[in-house]
Amino acid sequence: MTEASSYSLAELVIVACAQAWKDDGEIMATGIGPLPRLGTALAKKLYNPALQTTDGEVFYGDEPVAPGKRSGPVVYEGVANYDRVFSALWGGRRHAMVGPVQFDRYGQANISIIGDHTRPKSAMLGARGFPGNSICHPNSFFFPNHNKRALVEGEVDFVCMAGYNPARYLNGKPPRGLDLRIIVTNLCVMDFGGPDHQIRVVSLHPGVTFEEVQDNTGFPLAKIADEIPTTPAPTPDQLTLIARLDPNNVRATVFKDNPAGDRRAAA
Amino acid sequence: MTFDKRMSAADVVAQLKDGMTIGIGGWATRRKPMALVREILRSDLKNLTIVSYGGPDVGMLCAAGKVKKLIFAFVSLDHYPLEPHFRAARQAGSIEVLELDEGMFHWGLRAAAMQLPFLPTRIGIGTDLLTQKGFEFKTVKSPYGDGEELIAMPALNLDVALIHAQRSDEKGNLLVTSVDPFFDELFARAAPKVYASVDKMASTAELDVENNARFALVERARITGVVETPFGAHPTSAAPEYQLDLKHLKTYVDSAAAPEAWGAYRKTYIDAGEDAYLAAVGGAEVINALPKPIY
Repeated sequence: MTEASSYSLAELVIVACAQAWKDDGEIMATGIGPLPRLGTALAKKLYNPALQTTDGEVFYGDEPVAPGKRSGPVVYEGVANYDRVFSALWGGRRHAMVGPVQFDRYGQANISIIGDHTRPKSAMLGARGFPGNSICHPNSFFFPNHNKRALVEGEVDFVCMAGYNPARYLNGKPPRGLDLRIIVTNLCVMDFGGPDHQIRVVSLHPGVTFEEVQDNTGFPLAKIADEIPTTPAPTPDQLTLIARLDPNNVRATVFKDNPAGDRRAAA
Repeated sequence: MTFDKRMSAADVVAQLKDGMTIGIGGWATRRKPMALVREILRSDLKNLTIVSYGGPDVGMLCAAGKVKKLIFAFVSLDHYPLEPHFRAARQAGSIEVLELDEGMFHWGLRAAAMQLPFLPTRIGIGTDLLTQKGFEFKTVKSPYGDGEELIAMPALNLDVALIHAQRSDEKGNLLVTSVDPFFDELFARAAPKVYASVDKMASTAELDVENNARFALVERARITGVVETPFGAHPTSAAPEYQLDLKHLKTYVDSAAAPEAWGAYRKTYIDAGEDAYLAAVGGAEVINALPKPIY
């Protein structure tokens, strides 16, 4: 496979995100935020045409619906109102990729508050659907800023999403549908494949070292191997496809100054 | 004999009492009964428990000091993910909260609608929802062979529900013509008294229920009163009839910058009454022309 000579970090991340839904079969793929959403679109076009993706609101698109301004009419193939979304996710036929504000070594995620729950330093959204998502269907994660404020030491301030923390299991049993998959960040790709679900680095984005990732993470990380693979760069065909899936170039707005995917190229 | 549930927003608020538990339908910035909320803001009501998939309804009630307790899964203005007045109230510790998952919230409404004390669910397991102060979640063990232990999500029993619909006849046959009805049917079933603001009253024949059957929300026996308030959901949307007003939402968000800013917002958009409100936000023509937002 030929790698493109020049690609952005956003494009590298979209390709990495797309891996999440590669082998999922016919399920609802939900990517929250532009890059995970484009990841669902790319996965549907490249690997898994059976995926169901939404317009970001209430319909399933026959083709992936581009983020931002619509460039033409959209053909819908189904309806995804909230009642149905709940029903679908309770049945397990969904894989979401979400962007929590805080995340810990167990995969516990927080979008509710920072500080004490009764009088928070910062009140954010509320738990939303995170608790249900976490124990009903597979979940993956995206962090645009891989740092110790996001990937925290200890536990997150308010656990909205269940993780692999036996201290919080009911009767010592892991929640039935708990299935945390991959974590894509601006530095690397991780999963939960270490001992006792320890988070490990499975690939480093071009030009990033393991030490740099560890220094920006609040908990100890495992490695997939001594020699950690480099996150695969987009191929020229993939770049063409991404450009078609994102005609408004929303991907260029996610990271400040839209940096290159290979940090060595920028240096 | 006539059978007529029409009333004014002031009549609705006159039915409400301090300390009541009020459910508010819609979802974030969509189909919120805002004219009724504004009427509450103009009243002396206090110490309310609000149950809502929250948007500016919750933020405004917090800003006006009406909320004692909030039962919620989120409060968001969608395009402005963080609701500034809700944030301020939470961060000041001025409201009690019971924080739920969106689906648990749905389950609590459904339990209330079914007149059950609870419904079992796995949702919440492994999270801090179960350890928050002020409420102790109980578990139940499946009586069948699996013996699974589940969370007992308590019924969210309401004293009153407020919802918004596009059409109603005078008997309370509501049509909600939006693609997503959200959980308004359950709000209507979870409360002994339900008041709906509606954009337009119509005759029963004009509802054309035969062709609009899928838009009929709930049997009219659940509906206590209907209030005709054109654009009563503004600044939230009542799509497909009118869309979210992003410009006004920005004005509202800016009103959280300082107490004086909120005072000014109140003066212009709330205290002067609904006719003045509609004029201040540009009137029917402007609201009808609002573009469909992109999510």
